[in-house]
Amino acid sequence: MNGFVWRQPSVLPGFGLTMGFTLLYLSLLVLIPLAGMILFTAKLDWAQFWAAVTHPQVMASYRLSFGASFIAAGINAVFGVLVAWVLVRYAFPGKRIVDALVDLPFALPTAVAGIALTAIYSTTGWMGQHLEIFGIKVAYTPIGVTVAMTYIGLPFVVRTVQPVLEDLDRELEEAAACLGATRWQIIRRVILPSLLPALLTGLALAFARALGEYGSVVFIAGNMPYYTEITPLLIITKLEQYDYTGATAIGTVMLVAAFVLLLIINGLQWWASRRH
Amino acid sequence: MSVTTTTARPAAHPPAAPLPRPRRARRLATEEAPWVRYTLITIALLFLLCFLVLPLAAVFAGAFAQGAGLYLESIREPDALAAIRLTLTVVAISVPANLVFGVAAAWAIAKFEFRGKSFLITLIDLPFAISPVIAGLIFVLLFGAQGWLGPWLGEHNIRIIFAVPGIVLATAFVTFPFVARELIPLMQEQGKDEEESALTLGANGWQTFWRVTLPNVKWGLIYGVILCNARAMGEFGAVAVVSGHIRGITTTMPLHVEILYNEYQFAAAFAVASLLTLLAIVTLVVKSVIEWKTDRRRRRAAH
Repeated sequence: MNGFVWRQPSVLPGFGLTMGFTLLYLSLLVLIPLAGMILFTAKLDWAQFWAAVTHPQVMASYRLSFGASFIAAGINAVFGVLVAWVLVRYAFPGKRIVDALVDLPFALPTAVAGIALTAIYSTTGWMGQHLEIFGIKVAYTPIGVTVAMTYIGLPFVVRTVQPVLEDLDRELEEAAACLGATRWQIIRRVILPSLLPALLTGLALAFARALGEYGSVVFIAGNMPYYTEITPLLIITKLEQYDYTGATAIGTVMLVAAFVLLLIINGLQWWASRRH
Repeated sequence: MSVTTTTARPAAHPPAAPLPRPRRARRLATEEAPWVRYTLITIALLFLLCFLVLPLAAVFAGAFAQGAGLYLESIREPDALAAIRLTLTVVAISVPANLVFGVAAAWAIAKFEFRGKSFLITLIDLPFAISPVIAGLIFVLLFGAQGWLGPWLGEHNIRIIFAVPGIVLATAFVTFPFVARELIPLMQEQGKDEEESALTLGANGWQTFWRVTLPNVKWGLIYGVILCNARAMGEFGAVAVVSGHIRGITTTMPLHVEILYNEYQFAAAFAVASLLTLLAIVTLVVKSVIEWKTDRRRRRAAH
């Protein structure tokens, strides 16, 4: 193929057909619609765009969306490592069921999770009524948004850390113990550093998911402007008012954030794979 | 698991001879003290209880809060049935489409070496990185009244947004990577030796695919389809943007739940939600069974 080898020769058939279909389907369903949105943004007047994305109500929604996603990802980092640790290292009855249950946020429709969490954490709910005694209101406050985002990001850290923990060489721990390290020193100096790439990947994935999440958050949020209104909801509100400009402008900000996160996650995964 | 059962069983039998009580085994240096272990297990389980078990229980408690009669009525009323029918229709189109794509993409990516492969894999993963609301938005900007193709579609009286085609497109977009992402690493791991042998022995391409490749990736394929199906049935954000919420016509099951909930018909909302919850539970069970099966197989192959 005139000097430039695009693909190595192979005896297997079907490359043209499968690659052609892959590219066609990918373009029609993903690339062209996304390009359409980017072109739509490019058509916007810059002043208009800037006004839309820096409106105080929108700024308040960024603070909530990014802030709550960050806290939720942090909570998941701590508890995710704990759950992964308990699942890998300890034996207890019902472990297999617990392990399967971790994936529930992937399988349960987000709207169902949203109304269920709202029912639990409202002031008359199973958890809400007890928390209210301490003056903590969860549903219809930023805490509720964080709770929903924690729920939706829960599997990510567990599922990225768990396999690394399973493959971790026990001999390293034994060596450290022989050299006189206490258990706590082993955990801090031997185990945690080897989990770090996987942990950060899980954290970034949980953050990205929480940032874009809509279904499980809108019910528990209460959606009060400047207080519990997340950015994805603002996009929908603008669309319902046929304000395509505003919706696209805010959507572009979210899209850029998603791409940046994707780059970070790819970088982290590359780092993690190099470590092993 | 097997360790606990083997150590627990002898304890049930009475000791054969009065042996001297063994000294308590010293804790290994690579283990935590029992109290630390139990505390960590308790904290982890409490966390999962609050975030996973309680929501599951809340759905069924809410669904039967006003009796089984209302429950049955809520899932048998015409709008609920229409929502179930629409959800099944959408799934019947989007899941097979993504299945065919996933198999084709995995074949091209796993069995051949070409430039730009990792970039292509990143592009396939793209829909996972994008908010479902934006997935809906891009189709509104393409097919909506003010979108790129809106005027042309209007002239020809074709409705995509606020109609079933838009819902199918949005669902297909958000579930796009599931099958491909499951199959690509699996088929890469298996290499192409078996396919090459089959071809050498005179099989044609299709025979090789059906008789060699497909049986090898069977479980991975089912796994991907199960997850794809669960997400397609439950997708909310992307569908909410393109549906227009026309009751009984463009409301899928999750949207029907939302409408009922916003009308304060909580028991009915939870009743429809309980059907989706059952789907989620079935998904998790099938998924675990496949993981158990393939894990066992992989371990046997390793020995």
